[in-house]
Amino acid sequence: MLEIKNLKTSVNNKTILNGVNLKIKAGEVHAIMGPNGSGKSTLANVLSGKNGYEISGDIIFNGKKINETPIDERAQNGIFLAFQYPLEIPGVNTNNFLKTSLNAVRKAKGEKEIDTLNFLKLVKEKSKELGIDEKFLSRQLNVGFSGGEKKKNEILQMKLLEPKISILDETDSGLDIDALRIVADGVNSSKTKENAFLIITHYQRLLDYIKPDFIHVLSDGKIVKTGKSDLGIELEKSGYTNL
Amino acid sequence: MKTQKDIDTNQEYKYGFTTDIESIRAPKGLNEDTIKFISNIKKEPKWMTDWRLKAFSRLKKLTEPNWQKPKYPKINYQDLYYYSAPKSASEKPKSLDEIDPKILETYKKLGIPLQEQKRLSGVAVDAVFDSVSVATTFKGELDKKGIIFCPISEAIIKHPELVKKYLGSVIPLTDHYFATLNSAVFTDGSFVYIPPNVKCPMELSTYFRINASETGQFERTLIIADKGSYVSYLEGCTAPMRDENQLHAANVELIALDDAEIKYSTVQNWYPGDKEGVGGIYNFVTKRGICKGKNSKISWTQVETGSAITWKYPSCILQGDNSVGEFYSIAITNNHQKADTGTKMIHLGKNTKSKIISKGISAGSADNTYRGLVDINQKAINSRNYTQCDSLLMGNKCGAHTVPYIKNKNASSTIEHEATTTKINEEQLFYCNQRGLNQEEAVSLIVNGFCKEVLQQLPMEFAVEAQKLVSISLEGSVG
Repeated sequence: MLEIKNLKTSVNNKTILNGVNLKIKAGEVHAIMGPNGSGKSTLANVLSGKNGYEISGDIIFNGKKINETPIDERAQNGIFLAFQYPLEIPGVNTNNFLKTSLNAVRKAKGEKEIDTLNFLKLVKEKSKELGIDEKFLSRQLNVGFSGGEKKKNEILQMKLLEPKISILDETDSGLDIDALRIVADGVNSSKTKENAFLIITHYQRLLDYIKPDFIHVLSDGKIVKTGKSDLGIELEKSGYTNL
Repeated sequence: MKTQKDIDTNQEYKYGFTTDIESIRAPKGLNEDTIKFISNIKKEPKWMTDWRLKAFSRLKKLTEPNWQKPKYPKINYQDLYYYSAPKSASEKPKSLDEIDPKILETYKKLGIPLQEQKRLSGVAVDAVFDSVSVATTFKGELDKKGIIFCPISEAIIKHPELVKKYLGSVIPLTDHYFATLNSAVFTDGSFVYIPPNVKCPMELSTYFRINASETGQFERTLIIADKGSYVSYLEGCTAPMRDENQLHAANVELIALDDAEIKYSTVQNWYPGDKEGVGGIYNFVTKRGICKGKNSKISWTQVETGSAITWKYPSCILQGDNSVGEFYSIAITNNHQKADTGTKMIHLGKNTKSKIISKGISAGSADNTYRGLVDINQKAINSRNYTQCDSLLMGNKCGAHTVPYIKNKNASSTIEHEATTTKINEEQLFYCNQRGLNQEEAVSLIVNGFCKEVLQQLPMEFAVEAQKLVSISLEGSVG
């Protein structure tokens, strides 16, 4: 589904990713761990097409090289990024944002736009699964939301848009144990044979709930180690310094 | 009560001159003869002619103000026509095929019905079209309540006592150059009178007044809300008006008596000039309301997206005790557009309150200034003002300025002023893009969010179109 070949990126001539290779197949869950500053968030940004990075190498999504594909087109084709710091957009109603987003994606897929009534039904059902109070949906997007609420809102968007690959950028950071479980349940219940997940995290605790098929350790812009789910537990004990 | 026949007669009157267009155009130039010509063609009584002439004699002693930020080339007032009858059907475009496709595209985006598109773009339409019957039904309902809603030229003849009493009572003949010019040469506009304790059952709009189109550069509007009455008035239309006039110097006067409320909403989308800043309307309008009675309220809402230069300050004089003035504004400037706009809140009565919410958006090489005066007089004890001015910049060639003038002459009053200037946030755009929205959808969403407090003041049917208009005006502003 997603293949990254010798991906190098730099910002203002400073190298951040220095030859990342990664292959994610449909139905798989991959986790990326690594120390601060190793390039984890940069990888997430570059995969979603954020401007401001010089890149070389290949990003291949569904058999097509997407290095030059704009952000919105990648999103419409099924790349979803759950933000580490979801943005506040004052004056924009959350429901309205979700509906606009869903319709943009549906339109790109050649599907009919969803009407308000059916949208509200859908969003009600999905938010209930995540224990999101409906009142949140009529508030301004992420404005005054707590850290946990913002992250749950990201997962809600993921569930609505049904992307092919979901990249979760430190979605677990700043979450209490209940919120963490809800986020993990959200991911687990979205898993199918057709989609995939790339979970970026510092901590093993999220991986207690979401069992990854592979764990990669990113250090100095390179994947230095790849293992099965027990690698996380090992890292938790010994840290990154011994790698 | 006005009948269909009256309307027909009126129509004939209006188009009666059309066989020889030259004969109904006033000669070029600003002089007493021109003014007498206008007054005469409108069959005005002598007092009205005298009033105009008085304004003209005053005008000769005035000079154009020049303190505004956007400068413009000198206007030769002797080289303008001050009266020209509406175009005849033969002169008008025959069909929409003759209209600028860009304008048609905008209509399409706004979802304006075909018949309405024709009216707006000045296409000759058959004598019998929908709005005539709409206007008649509408008129009947208003007549029942004693509400007067007619062209001001008609009010001068049919309701002279009201016009004499209130015309020029808020914007005096001697006010300033453009206002005085308007008093001398105004051609037409709207007149509204709401009798005591009547709530006007519908939004009054020039939309329903078929005579309102092509009133020309010098429009004059007078709205009187008698004791305990309420009216909401919508000016203009969200669709771009086909308008060839360069200078617009309209006057709007509002009078609210005891316990009355006037809500006045404008969506202005006149020709802004092209991308290089050539052409476009100078929108130099004087709008002022007086809360004359106690507990009265005047609320201005404006969405300004058009014109090459917008220079106006819809104001409230809060004379009655406990009266309330509000100003909600969105001013969008793109390409080479310029705006110097804001409000004046003059507190005279006790316990008077005013609220100012201004949202300025600049894109391209545009320049946007908020200029506002809050003046709380000595006797206006326990008065309050709250002002919030937010500016949003898009790109790095545009400008935003905030110039508040604050005068407080008593110690019991409170004034709050908040101002912010922000650039459209790259991270917010990234977030929206990542959710599948393209650049224009993302900008539109963020800007509409920024303007929300003002947009929600607009009447429902207007708000939807205004939102679309906000997006359209900013199209192509983010690379």
